[in-house]
Amino acid sequence: MTWTEYFVIIIGVLIFVVIFQIAKASEYVSVLKGEKKAFQQNNRINAFLMLVFLVLGLAAAWWCNKLLYKKTLLWLPSASEHGEKIDTMMWITIAITGIVFFVTQILLFWFAYKYQATEKRKAHYYPHNNKLELLWTAVPAIALTVLVSFGLYYWYKITGDAPKDAMEVEITGHQFGWEYRYPGKDGVLGRQHYRLTDAAKGNPLGQDWNDVANHDDLHPSELHLVVDKPVKLIIRSQDVIHDVGLPHFRLKMDAVPGTPTTMWFTPKHTTAKMKELTGNENFVYEISCDQMCGSGHYSMKGTIVVETQEEFDKWINSQKPQYVTAHPDGAVAVAATVAPAAADSVKAAAGTGPKSEH
Amino acid sequence: MSNEIAVQHGVASHEVHEHHDGHHHHETFITKYVFSQDHKMIAKQFLITGIIWAIIGGLMSVLFRIQLGYPEATFPWLEDIFGHWAKDGKIQPEFFYALGTMHGTILVFFVLTAGLSGTFANLLIPYQIGARDMASPFMNMLSYWFFVLASIILLSSLFVQTGPASGGWTVYPPLSALGDASQGSKIGMDLWLVSLAMFVVSSLLGGLNYVSTILNMRTKGMTMTRMPLTIWALLFTAILGLLSFPVLFSGFILLLFDRHLGTSFYLSDIVLGGNILPNEGGSPILYQHLFWFLGHPEVYIIILPTMGLVSEVMSINARKPIFGYMAMIASMFAIALLAFLVWAHHMFVTGMNPFLGSVFVLLTLLIAVPSAIKVFNWLTTLWRGNIRFTPGMLFCVGFVSMFISGGLTGIFVGNSTLDIHLHDTYFVIAHFHIVMGVSAFMGMFAGVYHWFPKMYGRYMNNTLGYIHFWVTLICAYVIFWPMHYEGFAGMPRRYYDYSGWESFKHFVELNRVISFAAIVSFLVQLLFVFNFFYSIFKGRKVTTLNPWNANTLEWTTPINPGHGNWPGEIPEVHRWAYDYGKDGKDFIPQTEPVSKDESTH
Ligand code: HEM
Ligand SMILES: [Cu+2]
Ligand SMILES: [Cu+2]
Repeated sequence: MTWTEYFVIIIGVLIFVVIFQIAKASEYVSVLKGEKKAFQQNNRINAFLMLVFLVLGLAAAWWCNKLLYKKTLLWLPSASEHGEKIDTMMWITIAITGIVFFVTQILLFWFAYKYQATEKRKAHYYPHNNKLELLWTAVPAIALTVLVSFGLYYWYKITGDAPKDAMEVEITGHQFGWEYRYPGKDGVLGRQHYRLTDAAKGNPLGQDWNDVANHDDLHPSELHLVVDKPVKLIIRSQDVIHDVGLPHFRLKMDAVPGTPTTMWFTPKHTTAKMKELTGNENFVYEISCDQMCGSGHYSMKGTIVVETQEEFDKWINSQKPQYVTAHPDGAVAVAATVAPAAADSVKAAAGTGPKSEH
Repeated sequence: MSNEIAVQHGVASHEVHEHHDGHHHHETFITKYVFSQDHKMIAKQFLITGIIWAIIGGLMSVLFRIQLGYPEATFPWLEDIFGHWAKDGKIQPEFFYALGTMHGTILVFFVLTAGLSGTFANLLIPYQIGARDMASPFMNMLSYWFFVLASIILLSSLFVQTGPASGGWTVYPPLSALGDASQGSKIGMDLWLVSLAMFVVSSLLGGLNYVSTILNMRTKGMTMTRMPLTIWALLFTAILGLLSFPVLFSGFILLLFDRHLGTSFYLSDIVLGGNILPNEGGSPILYQHLFWFLGHPEVYIIILPTMGLVSEVMSINARKPIFGYMAMIASMFAIALLAFLVWAHHMFVTGMNPFLGSVFVLLTLLIAVPSAIKVFNWLTTLWRGNIRFTPGMLFCVGFVSMFISGGLTGIFVGNSTLDIHLHDTYFVIAHFHIVMGVSAFMGMFAGVYHWFPKMYGRYMNNTLGYIHFWVTLICAYVIFWPMHYEGFAGMPRRYYDYSGWESFKHFVELNRVISFAAIVSFLVQLLFVFNFFYSIFKGRKVTTLNPWNANTLEWTTPINPGHGNWPGEIPEVHRWAYDYGKDGKDFIPQTEPVSKDESTH
């Protein structure tokens, strides 16, 4: 340890000792002064502090809001249509709970201050009042019903079926990164089986090459989406549970091994537009893993680029199908020889392991 | 329903005739302080074990907050202490996650469940219902020693080569099922599971005792509706535990099977580090259902006892009856019932059926209603009271403030639509630390300060109590209030370092402030610990039987009661516990018969 560290410890201990001595002394003083007098004095101090805490606390809350509001996403338009609904809901909830918060906290600390013990007053014997209790059962119940109704209305919209014209993209999590797969020209994601996975042979996603639909599937290193065009993510995990977290779109969905999940949304702003809106040159849509997945969880990042249709077309046309990458010497020949056995090969693979297959 | 059953051969009936303060002739040091069967001593054992755990768990949070507050800095002394876990003076990710996992496990289970229920159920149930001890003092003792066993196993997991469990306190598989997925999923995970299994045994033994004692051993006149709210709260708590812990237990057993017997309850379609695993057909989501079926009731197992403590201490110090006694019981009943029906609100984004999700939204927001009723009742209890700010009372006010703040954010996360954005962000951290962590600690402190004179025959130092309260309250808000903002920004929880993220890296300074406040608040808790132990030996002595002028039965026992609690007959009860300020009288103990000209309410 360094000298400064010793120093910090010594200071800390000293402060402890001083506080303790003061506390001890005040106990002796109270015995000398008389318990009652000491009690009254302490009671006044603590009651007054209740009021001070209330006032300073409210001021601090305001100050905190001033400092932090711009660091949240609340002031930014949401980047998806679903997100806009969630934002609306958020504001309604903030308003309702905010009112309740202020009223109850003010009453609490105000009562504590106002009804501090004095010789003059006697406590008011008030054991119950059925009308009041009925009132404050009914009012929260009604307020919550309103919130639930709004909430569920949006919930069904968000979790409902994706529009027919939605673009499908698959996103797969593993320790610690994301992989993306586009269906290619045929618009169909080819069949997969986890036992076919073999990164060394250019097949990190376990695509079944016997399924022709796989031959044009793309496997780029970034997720590109088209602005104003709905997209449906098919979410998978290869090992442990991950979560596709999209803070700017206000969305997230778990990636569960063995059980693919889905999530759809419509991006509203291109990345370029978001740079403008946020005033941040370096803005990127980040995918954060939101489910604890091991020691690299905090670094499990993906990137989304939202762009116009033209930009997207240009980008996607520059991508090479994974099938080609996996079969550098004559992709066509392999496909031709194995294709007839396509249906059984998955089963066979499941039994004997993928190594014997290819 | 009288209770002149001598619960323990010899001991209780002996005490009846021996009017002195606790030394029994055939009690040795071992039977009195170690393998004690006296509920009061077992309560103290739970409390002190809980305090030790709280210090360990709190220290862990200080360590991981150092990493979050100072991600760039290096602290060579960390390496001196922790070796390769803090290589080059920097807490390593694996260590960070182990710390967080242990912090959560320790605080939720060992401190706020065993330390809290174990202390106050043992202390207050026999005292306040007028019983000489628990229904089975022996099982009660076992309950404590199973807790010690669980503690030793968990503690030992800190010292194994690969470290303790590190997948979060919820230990979701497959991460927790596969040793190759993380260091913490190796032997540390087995120790975690075995420890928690022992913990469940301890809880069940305790819970059975609490329920049977409350139902069967009340003194004459102590009808159910005359019981103090503490006892009602402890009753519901014990029932919740009895019904939900076994489900958790089975979840853990299946996890152990998956780990060691090659079963596939939670595993399917896994490629781990290039290895293709044979498991197919299982579902990791099944584990989450089993876990949260306990996990949600568990949060009420933590908060209900403190609701009871706070109601009691608040009423005594406001010198007023608790407002709406029956409504308080009814709302606790509603909470206990609904607590079983909301578990899947922790799983809104696991891909579950949206319709099922909406059912859980409804039930979840329903549970906010009884919570709201309780808050309004506490506020009305303060209204037109004559409030004495003992340290216990200060913590009651703090409890209500915290419970309001955290309860309101429950309404955000309970609404699945909002939870899509807020789930697994710092918003959730803020929500449950405020509503459960800090509130429960506040309630527990209220209880400790209030019943310390009964436990040790001495007072704790008041001035230290005031300092403890105010600094804790301020730190709690400084730490957790700004976390809501981080949550609104979508900042994920359980991240070791945010500096690589364009979306979250602007919270560095804030994280530093939070870490600083966390350290201050930890030090102030040490002040409490010091006050506690110092006062056991050197505190001002209690000189009257009933120092707070309270109505309940524990204050009719001698200042230092022996085994059996009352030297003579157990007193008879004639009224409820809350006749404060009635008919101009400051207080009327439960033992006082109702006089003819007394008003009714
Ligand atoms: C007012 C009513 C409440 C509602 C509606 C509510 C709702 C919720 C919801 C929906 C979650 C899941 C959030 C997420 O993971 O995204 C949650 C988390 C949690 N709540 Fe509450 N809650 C309420 C009160 C409480 C109380 C009283 C406690 C404890 C005493 C509590 C303790 C917790 C804990 C420990 C978690 C987080 C567990 C974890 O993920 O590690 N809540 N709450
Ligand atoms: Cu992750
Ligand atoms: Cu819950």
